[in-house]
Amino acid sequence: MTLDQVEVKEGVDQETVDAVREVSTYKYGWETEIEMEYAPKGVNPDIVCLISEKNDEPEWMTEWRLSAFERWTQMDEPKWAMVNYPKIDFQDQYYYARPKSMAEKPKSLDDVDPKLLATYEKLGIPLKEQMILAGIEGAEDAPAEGRKVAVDAVFDSVSVGTTFQDELKKAGVIFCSISEAIREHPELVKKYLGSVVPVSDNFYATLNSAVFSDGSFVYIPPGVRCPMELSTYFRINAENTGQFERTLIIADKGSYVSYLEGCTAPQRDTAQLHAAVVEIIIEEDAEVKYSTVQNWFPGDENGNGGIYNFVTKRADCRGARSKVMWTQVETGSAVTWKYPSCILRGDESQGEFYSIAIANNHQQADTGTKMIHLGKDTKSRIVSKGISAGVAQNTYRGLVTMHPRAKNSRNYTQCDSLLIGDKCGAHTVPYIEVKNNSSRVEHEATTSKVDDDQLFYCRQRGMDEEEAVALVVNGFCKDVLQALPMEFAMEAQQLVAISLEGSVG
Amino acid sequence: MLEIKNLQVSLAEEDKEILKGVNLTVEAGKVHAIMGPNGSGKSTLSYVLSGKDGYEVTGGSASLDGEDLLELEPEERAAAGLFLAFQYPVEIPGVGNMTFLRTAVNAQRKARGEEEMSAAEFLKVVRERAKTLKIDADMLKRPVNVGFSGGEKKRNEILQMAMLEPKMCILDETDSGLDVDAMKLVSEGVNALRDEGRGFLVITHYQRLLDHIKPDVVHIMANGRIVKTGGPELALEVEQNGYADILAEVA
Ligand SMILES: Nc1ncnc2c1ncn2[C@@H]1O[C@H](COP(=O)(O)OP(=O)(O)OP(=O)(O)O)[C@@H](O)[C@H]1O
Ligand SMILES: [Mg+2]
Repeated sequence: MTLDQVEVKEGVDQETVDAVREVSTYKYGWETEIEMEYAPKGVNPDIVCLISEKNDEPEWMTEWRLSAFERWTQMDEPKWAMVNYPKIDFQDQYYYARPKSMAEKPKSLDDVDPKLLATYEKLGIPLKEQMILAGIEGAEDAPAEGRKVAVDAVFDSVSVGTTFQDELKKAGVIFCSISEAIREHPELVKKYLGSVVPVSDNFYATLNSAVFSDGSFVYIPPGVRCPMELSTYFRINAENTGQFERTLIIADKGSYVSYLEGCTAPQRDTAQLHAAVVEIIIEEDAEVKYSTVQNWFPGDENGNGGIYNFVTKRADCRGARSKVMWTQVETGSAVTWKYPSCILRGDESQGEFYSIAIANNHQQADTGTKMIHLGKDTKSRIVSKGISAGVAQNTYRGLVTMHPRAKNSRNYTQCDSLLIGDKCGAHTVPYIEVKNNSSRVEHEATTSKVDDDQLFYCRQRGMDEEEAVALVVNGFCKDVLQALPMEFAMEAQQLVAISLEGSVG
Repeated sequence: MLEIKNLQVSLAEEDKEILKGVNLTVEAGKVHAIMGPNGSGKSTLSYVLSGKDGYEVTGGSASLDGEDLLELEPEERAAAGLFLAFQYPVEIPGVGNMTFLRTAVNAQRKARGEEEMSAAEFLKVVRERAKTLKIDADMLKRPVNVGFSGGEKKRNEILQMAMLEPKMCILDETDSGLDVDAMKLVSEGVNALRDEGRGFLVITHYQRLLDHIKPDVVHIMANGRIVKTGGPELALEVEQNGYADILAEVA
């Protein structure tokens, strides 16, 4: 390699530094003032029917929801995670909230209430069908003409609109809200909904099955490489309202899609519930990349408010040689309970999980993954970077199982924890089950502290303390940041820095 | 330029005095060398000047161009033009050397209210300066100091110094661990930066370095004090006779 081939782009750059400087608190904590309509508080069969009716759902869907609700009433909240929070009163929440202006489904984005459009604009989410310019100085591999990203914008309980639908349709790709998919593509929804995360899977997933209001639906037909990145942006705005989104992604044989998910919420003193379900089906030779930047309001520095985030995400690699890659950057939420998992059913299928989980102040994160190896010659890789600061608790919880039929399978797990200060905690809970003798599981774990000598070295070179921490922490997270699509990687870097604001000194 | 008056320093954690009244003035354009036995307080002096935690200044003063250094945060001292080439440079995993350099350069520029360096300009300058220090592209891309050999780390310190263009450069045993060729490279790097506006304080144990970087003044430090000051001939004397005679003379 020669000197001319060197680029300046990895690690923290000036944008990050600026972002850290200008933002002193949660940047997305503002609220949109808009007239809303709510279903009555609480959850019961009537509310379930009401949500179904609001979405113009066919009867089979209503029945599906009602049976889920029935199951839910017999279930208990799980208690095994290393998180503490006041008891949630499930009857003291709204389960459905939508802007009044959305009562009549807008025909296109042009008909959407300008206030809603302005909300997304303020959040930096492109709802115009425009090129996203990477805007990264010196990044020579960013295509000059920019990249297209199709967006489905979900505001509280409803999808506001989905961009680039025509262009995607030409490629045979279906990308729409799940409520639209239930109406327009019932055969696909019937076949796949609940096939990866069964209705009775767990307390939160079952509740979600009963009351989910909206979310995204993706179908990539055989042999199609999705012509652009797809993304869903979730915004919780209404107070005392739970968000229960449902996402279903189907990658048919030999197809490929990269999907991004982002989320934010206003700053409030009372905690809010979020319980999502994401199901991904990956057929033979298909590949799905799913990236999340989770930035729900984390609560204030005294631990008031914030989102309780209970999420079930699972990918089923059904076909041979299918591949899934989960990448998550978890910086928000007061409580996170989330284990994006891979069922490696097809022979030679592959699952990867890359995670950055940051817990600052009073945040608690219990997150990790499950790699269930069922097929022969399956491979999985887990790279988890946990960062704890303030009085936060951060737990990595992972399960790797090699079933008897999963001959010659491999897993590699690397799990690193970084502590900032001495009042926070990091925990690693790996479960490993190997039921055949030709498979191999490797697990490496480290725990380290942000080193004073590193910080002093950076400061002697002119960086202030927060910049120095951001630099060191971004270095720690590098393996995961590299796995993100470029635009997201930039955002994630900045977020890493911002969420650690006030963690030193 | 750098004025240190009767500087007294103890460890913050325990009641142990390390610097017992150091007096030293480095004028702009001059190179001062400090020699002295192990444990005499040379590195401590460099740390205290640059603002490292863990030391308590119990008396005296230190200023750079009239500005009180001891009042400033480490990054403010850096922006004011103070640079320390560390005796033991620190590794920062995952942070590319280039990124580190550019972040540092622009942090200082910003602190001084100057224009930031564009990516293109930065690349041009860094390539040029790296080349003269025989630092290759691979080393620029690798994480800061991670897996660098001892000599590579020291050359990397000099590259940082060349990029930051500080007013006052303190080099703490930058020659230790260098092979003969690297010693030449580093010395040339330092000499290239010699300028009437810039001062150097070179901490070393060996005359060898001073053959290349000709000092104007040589100080001997012992037991937390500067015990003798002279011209370049003082370093030669130490080289030949060790410290015994000098220490006996001042005792
Ligand atoms: N943080 C510390 N804790 C305990 N002792 C310390 C600390 N820092 C410095 N010292 C002591 O202060 C004295 C001076 O150390 P310093 O590193 O400044 O010496 P030096 O002149 O640079 O030596 P060398 O030539 O070996 O590099 C030594 O006795 C050292 O052990
Ligand atoms: Mg020393």
